[in-house]
Amino acid sequence: MSHITPEALAEAAHRELDAILKKTAPLTPKERIAIPVQDMPTQDPEVRRKNVQEVALGYTPEQARLESMRCLQCRNAPCVQGCPVRIDIPGFLKAAAAGDFLGACAVIKKNSLLPAVCGRVCPQEVQCQEHCTVGKSLKSVDKAVSIGRVERYVADLERDSGKAVSPVIKPATGKKVAVIGSGPASVTVAADVRREGHQVVMFEAFHKPGGVLVYGIPEFRLPKAIVQKEIDALLAMGVEIKTNFVIGRTRKLKALIEEDGFDAVFIGTGAGLPKFMNIEGENLVGVFAANEYLTRANLMKAYDFGRADTPIYRAGRVAILGGGNVAMDAARTAVRLGAAEVHVIYRRTEVEMPARVEEIAHAKEEGVIFHLLENVSRVMGDENGCVKAVECLRYELGEPDASGRRRPVEIKGSEFIRDVEAVIVAIGNDSNPLIPRTTEGLKTTKWGNIIVDETGKTSIDGVYAGGDIVLGAATVILAMGEGRRAAASINERLK
Amino acid sequence: MNRILAKTQLSDDVYMMRLDAPHIARERLPGQFVILQLDNDYGERIPLTIADADPAEGSLTIIFQAVGKTTHNLADKAVGESVVSVLGPLGQPTHIEKFGTVVCVGGGIGVAPLHPIVKGMKQAGNRVIVIVGARNRKLVILEEQMRALADEFIVCTDDGSYGRKALVTEPLKEVCARIPKPELAVAIGPPVMMKFCAEATRPFGVHTLVSLNTIMIDGTGMCGGCRVTVGGQTKFVCVDGPEFDGHKVDFDNMMQRLKAYRKHEDTAHHQCHLDAEIQAKERSLS
Ligand SMILES: Cc1cc2nc3c(=O)[nH]c(=O)nc-3n(C[C@H](O)[C@H](O)[C@H](O)COP(=O)(O)OP(=O)(O)OC[C@H]3O[C@@H](n4cnc5c(N)ncnc54)[C@H](O)[C@@H]3O)c2cc1C
Ligand SMILES: Cc1cc2nc3c(=O)[nH]c(=O)nc-3n(C[C@H](O)[C@H](O)[C@H](O)COP(=O)(O)OP(=O)(O)OC[C@H]3O[C@@H](n4cnc5c(N)ncnc54)[C@H](O)[C@@H]3O)c2cc1C
Ligand code: SF4
Ligand code: SF4
Ligand code: FES
Repeated sequence: MSHITPEALAEAAHRELDAILKKTAPLTPKERIAIPVQDMPTQDPEVRRKNVQEVALGYTPEQARLESMRCLQCRNAPCVQGCPVRIDIPGFLKAAAAGDFLGACAVIKKNSLLPAVCGRVCPQEVQCQEHCTVGKSLKSVDKAVSIGRVERYVADLERDSGKAVSPVIKPATGKKVAVIGSGPASVTVAADVRREGHQVVMFEAFHKPGGVLVYGIPEFRLPKAIVQKEIDALLAMGVEIKTNFVIGRTRKLKALIEEDGFDAVFIGTGAGLPKFMNIEGENLVGVFAANEYLTRANLMKAYDFGRADTPIYRAGRVAILGGGNVAMDAARTAVRLGAAEVHVIYRRTEVEMPARVEEIAHAKEEGVIFHLLENVSRVMGDENGCVKAVECLRYELGEPDASGRRRPVEIKGSEFIRDVEAVIVAIGNDSNPLIPRTTEGLKTTKWGNIIVDETGKTSIDGVYAGGDIVLGAATVILAMGEGRRAAASINERLK
Repeated sequence: MNRILAKTQLSDDVYMMRLDAPHIARERLPGQFVILQLDNDYGERIPLTIADADPAEGSLTIIFQAVGKTTHNLADKAVGESVVSVLGPLGQPTHIEKFGTVVCVGGGIGVAPLHPIVKGMKQAGNRVIVIVGARNRKLVILEEQMRALADEFIVCTDDGSYGRKALVTEPLKEVCARIPKPELAVAIGPPVMMKFCAEATRPFGVHTLVSLNTIMIDGTGMCGGCRVTVGGQTKFVCVDGPEFDGHKVDFDNMMQRLKAYRKHEDTAHHQCHLDAEIQAKERSLS
């Protein structure tokens, strides 16, 4: 794959924009569609394999304007229907096309609290961009307006300009709200509730706030400094954050209401318990849940050899099981930790892979090897109990299942051995049972997800929930959307 | 928060500290632990059992052996300094009730986590037999406290420098052979010791609890790093444990997993004293 340098992309955009700005007549739809899709400038794959800096470097101002000009300003704006929080996409693109980037950001911020994050991590190709008219007419979702990239650009610009206006906080109401967890759902609730003048205390089990954004998603995809800015904004608004505080253990949820005087509680504890496959050899030395591997690498900074106290298992050949974002992050982390070969093993085909298209492409550029229609049936160890190989089975696609995806069926007798020294399991999470187990009367589904009504309210009065603990493993923007809804209900209740 | 209120050296490399941690002190029960960290950016998170707590003062006591970088750095801290992060209380508390006779076995630093359990068992009205083992006299800790609680107290050392020259499994077998046999055994110490204690009680059918000290990160069930095989099933020590039925634990797998980072650890700071201890025990047991 040939890598286009950021300089070349900037140069091309510069020329293109100059030519357009010389024209006096407004652009016709045809001319808009003819503007080339602006590629995201990235670090050279050969270089970025060896560092943890962000891979995608962000648009230049010219690129951001050009990409925004590709938008046809459709009256029915089908893209907005694809965005879980209904951002006024044509509205912000119009401002960005005119070069009013701060104005564009203000439009986005009416609906989304975390545009710099969502612009980077939303699976746009199955959300806003999937419905884009430009993509439809060019018969490829890859050619849709790159809504997320422009969103990221204007959000970064606003942050770095120092002109971000901090929200106005209404006079103190004397009411108190507890927010459990500090992932995107909780951050949103904290901000929205604080704005109404209520006191907010956030409780986080880890030593740093941010949830998956700090312990799961790697630095090379979402710089931790960006997450920290969002947390700083909460602190500046007067939200109190108590880290190293696990609700259910350090304090029971009910005690928050009955003894500590909180008027409402929001549970945003995310997906917990990593799933394993229940196969032979799963507990051998060198088999990890992706959560462990990524937490060591990100939150505990284990990539910083010599400086970080937390060790990470370094292996020459690594197998990753799964096909989602978590699997891609684990694979690309293994590359950066110096693995010679990284093998992603997935039961279905690339079309069914739940990972963002961009992550799959980036992983390939970085040399990750994909084995599709294949699954691991056994992990084999040496005399010291360390992984030495995996036994794999080949699969084929059968009839569609309930989810509409064609079900992978194993091919009997197709077993073969792949030599690897580490196995990272990234096949999803079950929900964390800590709060339901320690909170009487809190209703959950049989999978342990907390049940809420359409206002985000749980079975306990005054207690709300949202994000992955309700949805199962979902996305940042969905978690944020759920937070918005629960915050609105809490604010209504406290009126 | 988390200020060090008191510090005592119990033996060559074993320290006792009292920390100011009112929330944890209020909630904790015997068998639970904390995870602490000395630096929020580059530090490691390490689990330590809550050896005792005083809810009135809002303090908890930890007893630890300086084995690697974090525990050595902790030992270097002075009274008045603070530990940046202390999370807890974690894990399921020990199931304490009146069983009848309970034999509690502690090996080396394992005596520390055993102490609150002995105290709880005694308060619940049990007859408690305590067996304490160490490599030599200097390494016997909490002897006074244990003696004061126990109905019967047996101490043994590997080299015979104090008490009986024996491994803890010897008196444990004798106690199990008594009629009536004890209703419950609790064994806490290095993994090999717990393994052989479980083997010692198995023929007598004495239910045996062990407290596992696997490697941990979050301690809340998120990472899966602490998992062990118990009765053929995968369990997470931090949320399902730390105590399990010793007759069902796959100790060999657990000991291999404990060594996972040995070859990756910086030899200067991460020297495996624990492993040396395990190997010495293994040699003496075989
Ligand atoms: C590796 C990885 C990659 C991902 N990539 C993407 C992506 O590219 N795009 C995307 O949209 N989504 C992605 N996701 C999913 C996304 O991160 C989650 O859907 C989202 O973070 C869920 O937000 P949340 O607020 O529900 O909780 P989380 O972000 O999970 O945060 C929950 C927080 O609560 C804390 N907590 C838990 N229990 C307690 C307790 N009892 N007391 C106190 N605190 C507690 C936890 O420590 C945690 O910090 C990814 C997830 C992972 C793991
Ligand atoms: C539930 C639980 C309760 C514990 N209670 C106590 C206690 O009361 N007193 C006490 O002295 N120790 C206790 N431990 C063990 C203690 O956590 C380790 O000794 C400590 O983590 C070592 O850290 P280090 O940086 O000093 O050493 P390192 O250099 O990291 O390691 C030294 C040795 O300790 C082992 N080790 C490393 N990290 C861990 C870890 N997170 N958990 C267990 N072993 C590890 C290594 O395999 C190595 O053999 C407990 C462990 C658990 C899981
Ligand atoms: S928040 Fe996500 S889905 Fe919505 S417009 Fe932005 S990138 Fe698209
Ligand atoms: S669908 Fe595409 S072209 Fe139409 S308004 Fe949305 S972004 Fe613009
Ligand atoms: S320490 Fe992470 S799951 Fe137990």
